Parts: sequence; structure tokens; C-alpha cells
Amino acid sequence: MTKKRKLVIAVTGLNNIDSPGPGIPVVRALRECDDFDVRIIGLSYESLEPGIYMKEMVDKTYQIPYPSAGTEMLLSRLLTINDVENLDLIIPNFDAELYNFIKISDKLKDAGITTFLPSVDQLDARDKINLYSFGQKFDFKVPEDKIIYSVEKISEAVDEFEFPIVVKGKYYEATVAYTIEQAEKAFHRLNAKWGLPIIIQKFISGNEINVAALGDGNGNMISAVPMRKLYITDKGKAWAGITLQDESLIELAQQFIAVTKWKGGFELEIMRTKEGESYIMEVNPRFPAWIYLTAASGQNQPAALTKMALGEKVEPFKNYEVGKMFIRYSWDLITNIDQFQQISAFGEL
Amino acid sequence: MTALLLCPQGKLKILAMKLKSNIATSESGFVFNPATGDSFSSNPVAAEILLLLKDNNSLKEIKQIILSRYEVESSQVEKDLDDFLTHLKENNLLEL
Repeated sequence: MTKKRKLVIAVTGLNNIDSPGPGIPVVRALRECDDFDVRIIGLSYESLEPGIYMKEMVDKTYQIPYPSAGTEMLLSRLLTINDVENLDLIIPNFDAELYNFIKISDKLKDAGITTFLPSVDQLDARDKINLYSFGQKFDFKVPEDKIIYSVEKISEAVDEFEFPIVVKGKYYEATVAYTIEQAEKAFHRLNAKWGLPIIIQKFISGNEINVAALGDGNGNMISAVPMRKLYITDKGKAWAGITLQDESLIELAQQFIAVTKWKGGFELEIMRTKEGESYIMEVNPRFPAWIYLTAASGQNQPAALTKMALGEKVEPFKNYEVGKMFIRYSWDLITNIDQFQQISAFGEL
Repeated sequence: MTALLLCPQGKLKILAMKLKSNIATSESGFVFNPATGDSFSSNPVAAEILLLLKDNNSLKEIKQIILSRYEVESSQVEKDLDDFLTHLKENNLLEL
């Protein structure tokens, strides 16, 4: 029996809530990889992220500064954590923090901490704000949109797209609006939460399908697993899903990786119309919260990313199990006030 | 989940049909389309027909088998089969 490689891996996205972050599913996949013996370091932003208290998943958690605090604060905190933990790899799992992690990745490397992330250019190209022009450039079907900075501009978009329209926040959240009043309300709510601009997108009707994929940074696809949401929460999140067999979706992910030379994990959100057309609705630049399904169906993407990050050659996966399902559930994790106090007051647990 | 049911009356209009090769069926009448993620449940007679289709029986053969197993008028079987195949087609389960 070969000896398992000991690794210390830090992950963010421990908010395993009703709109879950991918952190815990990433950890679960890493822990199931037979090649590693992992110590997991959680990186949290808030004291009530459930993953902090899930000791069978996360060995130790440190709070880190919010992305708005900037790269210097983040780097300083991570280097302090590294002095204690001797990190091998960090896997960030939030869109909003990626820019900072990419910016400091060279300095992390100097400190012996590896990352496996897309470049800032790659990140920007698939940004919601640029997605339509990205689609035009590389011949992907993307719904038409308008980027607006004032509520008055909604009517112009409506003239062009007709109702319903999709009103989307800069980072997260989207609302389908059927009237100008609904659209304006959504504009103000999303502006207050995520800031400007707001994206007004043409509504595409169909089945929502997602693809979790992994690129090696040289234009090669290591893995792609398509999943259809079977049950969607009122926040638009999958509560149950099933892996699909569809070559065209795999090819779409392959094409995306080929033109972007994407490095790392990502998720394509696709709307499949009744006519069989696949529209890319969004490209999330990190693993999705359902990423454990890739491991369960035979393509452990977090483990493959880890191997590539550590310089190992990883052969592309060829098969996965079709019809593999996930169903989320909620669970009341019990802890004590001293634990909560520890993470709140000292920033580590 | 959509129920596939045999309807009561009619004539067989569709002459040759084949289930898509990737469609999974079970003896209990559960149908899964791995390309779309859709799943269906069917009643016992529909389940029999699905398995007969899966085994590449022609519609004529299926009709004869159903007639030999159940006390039913030939015209009724034709209508039921026709309706059922229309359901399958609408749900994207048949080869075009």
C-alpha cells in the first residue's frame, strides 16, 4: 500500500447554509481522495459559518479579512496563518474574493503556498458584465443584455427585450421581472446589496443545466460533469440534482476551456431551450456548491485540482456515472458558546 | 415526475417507433432519460410496452402480445398504443 501524501489545504466558503458555499463539499471530496491525508484549514469571514463547527470536516478555522479590506490585509493574515499551519495549498471558493487571491498568488507562492487559479484577464472575460461580448467573440450563445447604472434605463432595455426580463446583481442574485415596477424594485434591492452596475438580461425559457468543469490552464479539459437541477430553492439554488449524459454539454465546456485556457474549477450555468439550444447564462469562476457530486460520480475535481496545483500531471477523466443524484438536507449542528466565543473574539477555532 | 397512462380508445397511427437507446427503463415502469434528467412513472401495461419497445419489438408484435395477454378489442389496443407513443414522443423518449 502506498503511503498517503500529507497535505495542509486551506479552503474558504464554509457557509454551508441554504445558499451554500462550496467549501464543505470541496473538503468532503478532498477527504475522500485515497491519495491524500489532509489537514483542512478553514478560512472564514463570519462567526456563524457552519463549516467552522464541523470538526469532522475542518480541523482548524481562522477568520480572514473581507475582500473589501484589500490584498495587503489578506496577505498579511494568510502569512500569519501559514507560520502556524505551513499551508500547501489554498482553494478559494467565493467569486468576490478571487480577485484578491489571484493578485497575491505570486507572493503566496514565495511563501510556499500554492494556488490553482485563473488569471485576472480570464476572470474578467467571463464576468457578468462582459459575458455577452465574450459570447459574441467566441461564438457562444449568451442572452443579450444591457448594463445599466440608473433605474431610468430599464425602460430602454424593456423596449428591446420585452417582458419578462432578468434583473441581475453585479456579483450574485437575479430576479425575473414581469412589469416595470418589479424590475425597478429589483434594481434598487440589488443595487443596495451589491452595488452598480445592474445587468438587464433577455429572458430565456428552458431547463436549467449546470456543468462543473476543470481546466489545466493550457487549454485542456480535465473534467466536466453536467447536472440538472431537480429541485430549486426560492434563492435559485439546487436542492437536488442529477448527473446527465449529454456530449454537447461536455463539448461546450471543452470549447470554453480551449478559448480561455481556463486554469482551475468553474461552473457553466446553461439554459437549454425547448429547441435544444444551449445558452450560457453565467460562468462562475470557482467550484459550485454541488461539486461533491463530481466526486460521487467518478470525477473528483477538487482532488484533481489539488494534484495539478502540486505540479502533478493529471490525465483527463473519461467517464462518470450518469443518473447520480444529490439531495441536500439541513441539520442542526449543536455547539457551545465557548466555541462561538473563541472564533468571535480570537478569530480562530 | 410525469405519469404515462394508456388512454381508453383509438386507432394505431404510428407504425414504427423505437425508444432512444440511452433511455433507462425498469420492470416497475420507471423511465429515466439521462440526457435531460427527466424521469417518469408508468402504469403496469405501459411498463410492459416500454420493455417490449426496448427489446426492439415492432408495433405489430407489441399489439399481438398485448392482445394475447389481455381481454381487449384490437381497435382499443391500437388507440392506446397510439396515444402512448404520442406521450413518449412529446417527452423526447423516441428516436426521430
